[in-house]
Amino acid sequence: MTAQLNVVVDTVGVAEATPDEKQPWAELGLKEDEYDRIRELLGRRPTQSELAMYSIMWSEHCSYKSSRVHLRQFSQKNPKTPRLLAGIGENAGVIAIDENIAVTFKVESHNHPSYVEPKQGAATGVGGIIRDIIAMGARPIAVMDSLRFGDIDHPDTARVLPGVVDGVGHYGNCVGLPNIGGETVFDPCYQGNPLVNALSVGVMPRSRLQSMEASGVGNVVILLGAKTGRDGIGGVSVLASATFSEDGDEDSRPSVQVGDPFEEKLLIECCLELFDSGLVVGVQDLGGAGLTCALSETAAAGDGGMHVDLELVPLRAAGMEPHDILASESQERMLLIVDPANVENVLARAHRWGLLATAIGTVTDTGRLVVDYHGQSVVDVPPASLADEGPVYERPIAEPNDLALIAVDRAETLSRPSTDAEIRQTVLDMAASPNLCDKTWVTEQYDSSVFGNTVLGAPHDAGVVRLDERTGVGIAISLDGNGRFARLDPYTGAQLSLAEAYRNVATTGATPIAVTDCLNFGSPEDPNVMWQFERAVTGIADGCQQLGIPVTGGNVSFYNQTGREAIHPTPVIGVLGVIEDVNRRVPLGLGSTGDTIALIGETREELSGSEWAWVTHRHLGGVPPKVDLGHEMKLAELLGRLAEHEQLAAAHDLSEGGLAQALVEGIMHSGLGAQILLPEGADPFTYLFSESTGRVLVVIPRGQELAVRGACEQRGLPITPLGVTDASTDGLHLRDHFDIPRVELEAAWKGGIGAAVGA
Amino acid sequence: MSHPPTPPAQAGPPSDRARIGIVTFPGSLDDRDAARAVRLGGAEPVPLWHDDAMLRSVDAVFLPGGFSYGDYLRCGAIARFSEVMGLVREAADRGMPVIGVCNGFQVLCESHLLPGALVRNAHLRYRNRPARLRVETDKTAWTAAYGAGAEVVFPAKHGEGRFVADEATLDRIEAGGQVVFRYLDNPNGAMRDIAGVSNEAGNVVGLMPHPEHAVEALTGPSTDGLGVVASVLSYLRQGAAR
Repeated sequence: MTAQLNVVVDTVGVAEATPDEKQPWAELGLKEDEYDRIRELLGRRPTQSELAMYSIMWSEHCSYKSSRVHLRQFSQKNPKTPRLLAGIGENAGVIAIDENIAVTFKVESHNHPSYVEPKQGAATGVGGIIRDIIAMGARPIAVMDSLRFGDIDHPDTARVLPGVVDGVGHYGNCVGLPNIGGETVFDPCYQGNPLVNALSVGVMPRSRLQSMEASGVGNVVILLGAKTGRDGIGGVSVLASATFSEDGDEDSRPSVQVGDPFEEKLLIECCLELFDSGLVVGVQDLGGAGLTCALSETAAAGDGGMHVDLELVPLRAAGMEPHDILASESQERMLLIVDPANVENVLARAHRWGLLATAIGTVTDTGRLVVDYHGQSVVDVPPASLADEGPVYERPIAEPNDLALIAVDRAETLSRPSTDAEIRQTVLDMAASPNLCDKTWVTEQYDSSVFGNTVLGAPHDAGVVRLDERTGVGIAISLDGNGRFARLDPYTGAQLSLAEAYRNVATTGATPIAVTDCLNFGSPEDPNVMWQFERAVTGIADGCQQLGIPVTGGNVSFYNQTGREAIHPTPVIGVLGVIEDVNRRVPLGLGSTGDTIALIGETREELSGSEWAWVTHRHLGGVPPKVDLGHEMKLAELLGRLAEHEQLAAAHDLSEGGLAQALVEGIMHSGLGAQILLPEGADPFTYLFSESTGRVLVVIPRGQELAVRGACEQRGLPITPLGVTDASTDGLHLRDHFDIPRVELEAAWKGGIGAAVGA
Repeated sequence: MSHPPTPPAQAGPPSDRARIGIVTFPGSLDDRDAARAVRLGGAEPVPLWHDDAMLRSVDAVFLPGGFSYGDYLRCGAIARFSEVMGLVREAADRGMPVIGVCNGFQVLCESHLLPGALVRNAHLRYRNRPARLRVETDKTAWTAAYGAGAEVVFPAKHGEGRFVADEATLDRIEAGGQVVFRYLDNPNGAMRDIAGVSNEAGNVVGLMPHPEHAVEALTGPSTDGLGVVASVLSYLRQGAAR
């Protein structure tokens, strides 16, 4: 302590007395005009602490300065729904399930830290999104992960992938949340920029919805949870807004935070107890930008003023200066606003959970966020200038020059397998390919069953979780992206991901009601990337408007590029649905022997951007499959109705790998074989490998065929009977073409990931 | 569902259902699942708090899975020193049925209520798979309702579940009928495929796989786990009859 007192602190008084002192604004990532604006706002030069706070809050990561003008489309085009209780701008969107229950969900990226330090980067990504859910007043009930890596056989993938999976698993398993699904995708564009997108969902009684407002003058500001250390200082501005250079990432290494899921478990239980007891006026999690963000956001949202005594913050490292304390991204911390009469009670309950809780300040009506350090003011700013009034950029936008060239380079012109033997081999090669092979090596490192409410988890089309044991009401969530389609056409590509997530949810029998998105892109300073971003956002906003489901929140991750090479534009879309009775959910598989296998939807010759084009030709070109959201809505309504009437034994969305892969997965996830007869005149290759969208493979129990056919015809949806499931058929029997015994399918499909990453 | 600091006053007529206490340590995760299994099995779940030195007149105790006290130091190593474990140890010595699942098993081993220890899986990863098990004995408080030799499926999900003991101990517990569950597909490298063991008296049982996650066809790989609750209920009834 004495050592700290001896440090010369840059106070407001000092700043006023030394207006011309040179400050490292450029090193902190601020532009000259941004620095000038800070001086103008304050009427003096900022103190060191203030400079740190502005540099963090005005970074791309916190201020959304490049994306904000485009993201407005979501609020402008969002369909109005009485279900939406809290939307964009909150920690996470909140959606009413019925008159009593609400759920909140959100997806967020932790891409850059996961490249630097895969395990802790991924782990703290999961931890961060869970705290967003708690901050809304909900009990987190599940997580999902959408992961993208470079080529599976690249040596660095063997470093990044096992670490990321270990991190996602370690945090989720130890904090006690089931992982109910996600994706694992490989593409060389993610080699230097893996994507780690984590989703969490929580449930609450509607009355427990919490606010982030620091309201009520005199109310006490309490910091709950872990001590504040040096981890992650500058993590946001240095890590998230810096493009990785080709040589040497050493400097970033110490900036990745380290998570403690045990502490987070205690935070969950303690916060929920405090919410239930009505002891909390406002709450905010500490994530990116730590105290800086939490203090300025709660103050800006509330009565506009706050006074904090920074030396009261419990520290885990010696010699931390005020700006270190304000910028630290130490994990597992929450900020609470509490009525003075309840402070003692709050501290006692925290103590019972073994958590540190410390009163560090009070709510004021001064309109200023004042931070004192040992009695001297080091920060005195209008909080909204940090939280809400950061710079907004209209970045230049330019359509890439190669767009027309890419569009004419169609995969439909590539050489194809023609003989039965070649097509048979293609089925096996595809099943063995990194993006289509069995993902059990990843998913079995995750707890999927804790809480005992997981009705469907990986590898089903969507995760389905029961919310209420008495009524059986539940939710379904799917998380999907397709960077290749988005590279070919970001507008359509984004809508294809939206359509797939929407269809996946409907395939399990649920009704889609809300959307969250994680927008992973290259550098916003590249006009071509900004063009991709604008097109993708417009695609999602238009798509959600047409589907009638709102975007409730999400996250933007820019600067996913190494050198000049940006990743494919990768919007990852989470769709949440509600299912009245989880007992009627529709699983993946083949039902039981004698059931009818049929395809709903139309198969066109659409191979551009497909998994087949990539696996067999390393080809990416042409235009992505056509998307028809009106068709998707009819299909979703049909699937919901069939599930409700128990007219489906199983169902599986057709996506990457087309019909062939859907059949392989159906066979692998059941003990049965499939006898398939392709429709007359159909070209076997196209029928098996086209990635035409809006299609679902359904398995219809005996006696329900006519009813299902009638329901399809009534809605104008094409249905094509393909065959039957059969216990005595060994694997896949494609009549007039070929057989593939189960053992051969299994040998191709299983075991690839573990073998490739050497584990 | 929060954990009350003090036991709520008993309301209404006393239940004639058996009361099974479920201990929540900081970091316990499967305590809700254990409560559901106990309820579906026909008994009354009673929450017990790690820091309260009271067993609230329970007839049996269930130590659930999770990461008690963050599993710092060693899995289960800190939990054994908790207030409630002192009472559980005394009650177990007097013959009260006690079961520990996953982290609960680790706590029982650390507390020396059960032989052996649980170490890192041989393949060094956390693994979540349905485990096929053989019930090796029906002579314990928690397996009486299964026939000896019965096969059951419980989910196994852990990173440190490899059962180890020295050869003499292994021979002794084999001979004494203390090997209760054995893996049919060993998921973690456990010695002699051991998934669960009991104390000599048979009232204390620990196992790594989770019977409480196999109680509903909707959410589990089987409903075989209900047999654990059925077993202790019949054991308690026989005790009452004696």
